[in-house]
Order: sequence, then structure tokens, then C-alpha cells
Amino acid sequence: MASHGINSLRNGPDEQGRFGNFGGRFVAETLMPLILDLEQAYRDAQNDPEYGAELGDLHTHYVGRPSPLYHARQMSDELGGAQIYFKREDLNHTGSHKINNCLGQILLAKRMGKTRIIAETGAGQHGVAAATVCARFGLPCTVFMGATDVERQMPNVLRMKMLGAEVRPVTAGAGTLKDAMNEALRDWVTNVDTTYYLIGTAAGPHPYPEMVRDFQSVIGNELREQIVEMTGRLPDALVACIGGGSNAIGTFHPFLDDADVKIYGAEAGGYGLDVEDGHAASMTGGRPGVLHGNRTYLLQNEDGQILEGHSISAGLDYPGVGPEHSFLRDSGRVTYVPITDKEALDAFQACTKLEGIIPALESAHGLAQLMKLAPDMGKDQTIVLCLSGRGDKDVESVGKALGMNLK
Amino acid sequence: MSGSRISQKFSACAAENRPALAAYFMGGDPDYQTSLDIMKAMPAAGADIIELGMPFSDPMADGPAIQAAGLRALKGGQTLIKTLAMAKSFRETDQTTPIVLMGYYNPIYIHGVERFVADAADAGIDGLIIVDLPAEEDDELCLPAQTAGISFIRLITPTTDDRRMPTVLRNTSGFVYYVTMTGITGATLGNADSVGDAVKRIKTYTDLPVVVGFGIKTADNAAAAGKHADGVAVGTALVNAVGDSLKHGKATDATPKDILTLTSSLAEGCKRARV
Repeated sequence: MASHGINSLRNGPDEQGRFGNFGGRFVAETLMPLILDLEQAYRDAQNDPEYGAELGDLHTHYVGRPSPLYHARQMSDELGGAQIYFKREDLNHTGSHKINNCLGQILLAKRMGKTRIIAETGAGQHGVAAATVCARFGLPCTVFMGATDVERQMPNVLRMKMLGAEVRPVTAGAGTLKDAMNEALRDWVTNVDTTYYLIGTAAGPHPYPEMVRDFQSVIGNELREQIVEMTGRLPDALVACIGGGSNAIGTFHPFLDDADVKIYGAEAGGYGLDVEDGHAASMTGGRPGVLHGNRTYLLQNEDGQILEGHSISAGLDYPGVGPEHSFLRDSGRVTYVPITDKEALDAFQACTKLEGIIPALESAHGLAQLMKLAPDMGKDQTIVLCLSGRGDKDVESVGKALGMNLK
Repeated sequence: MSGSRISQKFSACAAENRPALAAYFMGGDPDYQTSLDIMKAMPAAGADIIELGMPFSDPMADGPAIQAAGLRALKGGQTLIKTLAMAKSFRETDQTTPIVLMGYYNPIYIHGVERFVADAADAGIDGLIIVDLPAEEDDELCLPAQTAGISFIRLITPTTDDRRMPTVLRNTSGFVYYVTMTGITGATLGNADSVGDAVKRIKTYTDLPVVVGFGIKTADNAAAAGKHADGVAVGTALVNAVGDSLKHGKATDATPKDILTLTSSLAEGCKRARV
């Protein structure tokens, strides 16, 4: 319920949970009373200074916020254009931006008296963050993870288990994020009384897209202050990767009404948009439909059956996207582009070698887009990447993709 | 008219002092022709209402049995257009058995709501049960369907409290589908007495017939659940009868036979529900 100017792009969602034509509450009746309760609990929390104070304290002392804004001088010089900055969400506790959302939601779950947490995860970053806050607040946690993702993200699976979470591999479909989300929804609809569904991205039925955006907006709000402090003005361009799009919406949202700030979202182009079911670029290669509680851009066939999609990055391997991104796409405010697996791998290596920072493969998609933009910008211009996570979890799959000897 | 096929059927069953049997199967499982053969034989086997499943890749409210049935149907080439064609073919020889399409919204949305409503009316569809369209989204399909004379049947669950009941019933027509438990399709039946209480509670809000579903697998289950309700709905057990009859994913002689035998048995359960 933001109240900005009448023409502001930051006013969504409306009371029906819509961002323009996108969003909504497309869920089974069993879940409707729950999401209405959740919305009320969230409104109450927003008006409770104690809730905000507790979250702020956890940000400072548990997560390590504010995350730094880092001037990537080597990469700036190498590309010879704009000054490049990284918003270092990779330095957060648990290694990504996901913790911002998990803390906001676990405090809500506690307020609502829920005694069990479920979550879905793709790359495992959200699963780890959810397992972490559950350990911290003493709640049992079940994480649904596609069986394919369990294979390719084993370090995160071990982390979740060590944190006390139960990891349930999902074999339905292709065993990736979409299937994990289906299974989490099935669990939720069965255990409605006790269970809180801690969705990891800014998607799903209202109020999740709004709530997750708000929790992630700490990224953009900090960034705004930091860049002004460092350069004396707002950035010329922002870039973030988009799977469901939570780090991106958190980065973009505070800048949506600043028309001079160009905004780019990097989707997973996989093998390329011309390869059938070979990418996960829902906004540049899909069309609007209804899945997982919201209307949004989706990868689907002509009969409305959802496709699996592909990306080298498990965190971007989702056939949909948060509904606010769909709205921002159609409004023209944000430019969404596909980045291929290969481009992301190249960016991953460049960042590692030039800056000594191993980025998550997800974030490397954003970086690849930044590396296309920066050379054509002036040396006095600035471009900021949300470096959403660290790449420790990816070294094995990147090593394989690069043909390195892992023995 | 289509709306009246549903009410006429409930009146006929009430006159026989028994609940109606609403039999679900997945359209196109395991292939179009077998599925159409099953559909055409269902009324003679004792199905009063046919719930025709529309397969969807991501059936979020369904258990493993109906998930598998949907995947089999999609693999067999079933589409929304083919499901509507099945209904139309059925309607050529059966003018009285109500057909209720059951599934998820996206294939309909992609087909185009206006076009879907026209095609469904043309195919002789009487009602829709669309799992992921709650009352809050009535503008999407519920209201256009009702304008075209197609009933919009809604699920009421144990989480639908008194505060919410009027919202859910506001634009419900045809009948009310009471889901006896929270959860996905295919779970086990709860306490039959609490079902009776829930039906009574719903009836204080509406004159529509109340059908109970979720967890009814046998003739005895149907008899127990149908004691206090206007109808019983069976899905997973029937879908399993199809699944268990297949060899290497293909239909066998047992495929129509087993599901029809189970339908007859469930119908027998309905007949003795109030004896």
C-alpha cells in the first residue's frame, strides 16, 4: 500500500494484489483464508514499530547489513567505459540476498503463531537462508527441492541438513524449481493450520510479491544512499539477474520513479532463445499466463502447458517471473534481456580473475549484461550490479562446464 | 438448457432417495479414444454426473494419482481442444448426463476466455470446477461462464469459515462441492459424522445441492458419505483403476472394464446410502 505520486510506478499492487494486469490470487479455496490472514498479519506488522526494530537489529547484527557498495576499478578499467559498482549481497550471512526476505517472513510466521516452516528452493540459496532462520528461531523446516537441483547443488543440500532442515527431493516433472514449488503448495494445502509457507521470491499469490519486494528493498534503499555518498548522485544504470526476480525488484523498486536511471534485468537465456525449451527467459521468450498463484509471463506451449525451461544456473531455472516484473516489462520502465549460459560463464570468470570475487552463476547473468553496457558508457558514468550471491556453490558445476579436471 | 441438466439430475436422484454419483476421470488418459469410450459407458455404469478432467502440467492441488493421469493424457496428445471435442462427441448420444469440466485456469486463459466459454457451451458442458480460481477472481471466468449458462461450481473446504462462506457462495451455481479435508486429492476419508455436520452447515447458507468429495474410494465410503449429502464425488480411485490397468502405458482390455466396474460398485453404494 505504497502512496507515491499518482503516476508513480511504485504504487502497486492494488487491493486485489494486481500490478496492472499481473499478479492476483489464483489459489485453491483451501489457501484463500490463509493468504487473507497473512495479508492482515503483514499490514499489522508494517504498523508495528517493534517489528521493524527487531528486523533492523537482525539486519545489523545477524546479516551484517548494510552490505558494502564496492567500486570494481579493475573491471571498470578493463572495459574502458562506465565506473562499475557491485552491491555486495554476496557478503550477507548465508551468502546471498535471500536472508533479507527470510528474516522478514520468519518474524511474521512467529507473530502468526505458526509452528512449522516450509520452503521451496532452486539453487539452494533460499533453502539455506530458510533453514538458517528456522535454526535461529527454533522452528522445524522442510525444504522442497527438485531432485535434479539436489544433484547439482550438493553443498547447499548439506548446509540445509546441518542446519536441521529436512530436504525433500521432488522427482515430479524435470525435478527443478517449478516442481519444488508445486510440492510445497501441496504440503501447505494439507497442513494449513500449523504451517507457514516461506516463499523465496517475489512471486506467488498476493501478498507474497509485495511482501518479498518490501523485504528485499533494503538492497535498493541502501544502494541509493551509498552511491550518492560515493559519487554525489544517482547511478546512470542498474542491472540485476532475474529468476523469480526478488533481488532485482529489491534493487530496482526504490529507483523506479527516477527516470534518468536506466534499469536492466538479465534473464536466463540458456542455450539461446531460438532453442525450444532451452532457456528460462519468461519475459523475452514467453507470454502471460497463470501459475503458482499469479498471472505473469510464463514459458508455455500453445495449449497452456508449462514448460520446464533450462539454465546453467539452478536459481534462474524457473518458467515464470514475479508479477511486478511483468508489469515493469509491459510499461517499458525496465529493459529485460536474455543472457546465455556461455555469456554468464564468461562473466563469472572475468569477475573472479579481475576482482577476486567469485559470483553466483545467477549474479553472473547480471554481470554479463553489465559488461555489454559499460564499454559504451562514459568514464564519468556509473553502473551498478546487484551481486546477489557468492559462487562457492557453483565452483563444481562451473569447473565441469569449463572442462577442468576435478579429480 | 445446460444449467437445468444439473438440477434435473439432482431432482431425479432425490426422487430415488439417494445421492448422485459424480464420477471423475482424466480426459485423454491414456489416449483419446479409450477415454471417450469410458466416458460414453459411464452413465450406464451408474455415473449420474461426469467430471471430465482437463490435464495440466502443474496440478498444484492434486495428489500423485491425478498428477500421473494428467501426464499420461498429455503424453497421449490430449489438449483442451480435444477435451472439448470429447464432450461434444459424448453429447451427440447423451442429452441428460451433466458434464462438469474440472481442471486449472491456465489452459483456458491461453485458449481465450471468451472463446472457451463459447466452445464449452457448444460442446454441451454444464459446469466448471476450476481449482485455482477463488471467489476473489470471479471476473476472470466465473461471471463470463454464468452469462453463457454454464454453472461455476466452487469448492468449500474445512478452512472456509462462516466469515468466508457468503463470499464463496456468492457466485456459485449448479452445486457446491464440499472437500472433506484440507489437502490434495487422493488422501483418506475423514470422519463421516463430521461430514454430515459440515453439509448441514453449508445448507444453512444455500439451497444448492451439496456434493462431498476427497477420500471416497469404495462403495462403503460412498454409502457413508452419501448419507447426508446430495451427491458423492469420486476421482482418485477411478483414475487409479485406469492407471493400474495399463501395460507399458497403453490401454488394455481391462482399461475400460475396471473403471466401469468400480463405477457400478460406487453407484451401488450410493443406492444404499440412506437405506
